[in-house]
Amino acid sequence: MVLLSLAYQSLKNRQLTSALTLGSIALSVALLIGVEQVRLGARESFANTISQTDLIVGARGGALSLLLYTVFRIGSATNNITYASYEHFRNHPAVAWTIPYSLGDSHRGFRVVATTEDFYNYYRYRHDRPVELAEGRIPADIFEVALGSDVAAELKYRVGERVVVTHGITHGRGVLEHDDKPFTVVGILKRTATPVDRSLYITLEGMEAMHLDWSEGAPPLAGEAIPAGQIAQQEIKIKQITAFLLRARSRIDTLRLQREVNTFEDEPLMAIIPGVVLSELWRTIGYAEDALRVVSLFVIIIGLLGMLVSLYTALTERRREMAVLRALGAGPWRIVLLLVLESGFLSMGGAIVGVLLVYVLSFLSQPIVEGHFGLFIPIQPLTLTAYLYVLAVIVGGLLIGFVPALRAYRNSLADGLTMRL
Amino acid sequence: MSQVAPAAPTESSKLAPAVELSQVRFRYEGGPDILHIPSLVVERHERIFLYGPSGSGKTTLLGLMAGVLRASEGSVQVLGRDLTALSAQQRDAYRGAHIGYIFQLFNLITYLNVEDNILLPCRLHRERRTRIGGQSLAATALAMATRLGIAPLLHQKVANLSVGEQQRVAAARALIGMPEVILADEPTSALDYDHRQRFLELLFECGAEAGSTLIFVSHDRTLLPFFHRAVSLPEINHVRAA
Repeated sequence: MVLLSLAYQSLKNRQLTSALTLGSIALSVALLIGVEQVRLGARESFANTISQTDLIVGARGGALSLLLYTVFRIGSATNNITYASYEHFRNHPAVAWTIPYSLGDSHRGFRVVATTEDFYNYYRYRHDRPVELAEGRIPADIFEVALGSDVAAELKYRVGERVVVTHGITHGRGVLEHDDKPFTVVGILKRTATPVDRSLYITLEGMEAMHLDWSEGAPPLAGEAIPAGQIAQQEIKIKQITAFLLRARSRIDTLRLQREVNTFEDEPLMAIIPGVVLSELWRTIGYAEDALRVVSLFVIIIGLLGMLVSLYTALTERRREMAVLRALGAGPWRIVLLLVLESGFLSMGGAIVGVLLVYVLSFLSQPIVEGHFGLFIPIQPLTLTAYLYVLAVIVGGLLIGFVPALRAYRNSLADGLTMRL
Repeated sequence: MSQVAPAAPTESSKLAPAVELSQVRFRYEGGPDILHIPSLVVERHERIFLYGPSGSGKTTLLGLMAGVLRASEGSVQVLGRDLTALSAQQRDAYRGAHIGYIFQLFNLITYLNVEDNILLPCRLHRERRTRIGGQSLAATALAMATRLGIAPLLHQKVANLSVGEQQRVAAARALIGMPEVILADEPTSALDYDHRQRFLELLFECGAEAGSTLIFVSHDRTLLPFFHRAVSLPEINHVRAA
């Protein structure tokens, strides 16, 4: 006990160096655990970009690209699927619900997603959160559009605004504008911190209406254009969509449905299980995690080496103190213990402060990170890995403490009661 | 935590001298003999003055008596126990329990206050604590500090003390828990004449009250009249300085 209090008071006496050392260990622990928390948060956030959807169905092609263009709004489909195929599966007895997507147009860099009200009813992210309206209502008529919250915020659009959709996916103004058929903003969605925020939502009929007078992927020739006012919702027949999300009635049905989609005879289709492809995707981009982890491990090592340096340099000044302790009957091993306790205090204190720092920082930065990066980092108890990191730092600190301690041991054996400066 | 020191043998302790050296030789490993003392006996309650020029091995001899160094040959008995027969750990514990040590300078642990410095031996060694009896540590420290005239300084930082005050704190620490032997290594050499007188008087008085034996090492022979007996180290050391 007396050694504990000696170690504590000795550190307190060298307040500045002790605080700096402790601070540097705390920072490195915070970095290590922070990276771990962000990694988990990012993975969690990523995996929960879409939930409750059992299958995503699109034209046959790459599984990854299907996931990317339906969920992340990255890249585009090479082929569409017929509405008849969609209806076949929508009416399938094993299917609970479907959400059709028709993609391909954009507005000032944001994707336009044509869908039905099922999107607002069934789409879920982060386990069971639905898509909700912040204001207005969902698009019902042909030329009505709802905005994702990022779209509304970045373009500063309000309900009532007129929006012209660009043919194809371009940033800024495109080459071909559907400027003869402007849309009216009728609703703005609440923030979800998922790619949902970065799209505009129209009806399937709206998408069809824009291209009604187009033929073979080309705009209508002069005189052939059909004015917006002449298009009635009832007359529009939807011929094709890009993909659809599907929820099976039971988990067991999922695999059966997937097989059924993949072997569908009317046209080549493909069904993917989003969770599976998401985790494959995460694995490919997961190398970044390893790099981060290596960097933070080095930071820890540097923090501990800093402690070694500060304890080691202090030894020279402390030779007298060691001689006094020896005269008082403290054996050389007690002197070793004293110094190891000091490094133990520093590394343990550093670890505790570091963990607190992580929580304070994640508490403060959570809304900012969510707002800027769409990344929701949950404030959660330390994971087993984080505990192991903390333990490793403390044990590492204690072990490093042996370096100056053994030096002090040798000094004190050689010095005995001689007062060396 | 406190180590258990080998007890001074009680049977013979009434008779055994405080310190008894016989045929002691000491050399550092591979080096020539530094000390060869055929015989030196310090009786209990004696106040002896051990003098010799700088470099004559005074501190080495104190190191042998304190059990920090181990005699290469011969026996060093302290309170009837042969230190050369004890392990290093046992010698450390024995020193802590039975010996008070005062340095020439820099006696104090700078990061502890005066009181904590004084009480350190009691905290490190159970025997020193036990000998205080039922009194609390704080009360004992206060009594000792009052006796030495440093009571107002008890809660001060050591760095604020003058050298004279520091040496009195060192004396208090050496005397607390009434160790049988006090070893003092030129404790007055940094003090001026007046302080030296005063310090010696206090050390003698308190030492007598504690019943301690005092072995005082110095090169300053003007102090000689204050002691019961004087021993010249060059005379008892049979290794001749080259």
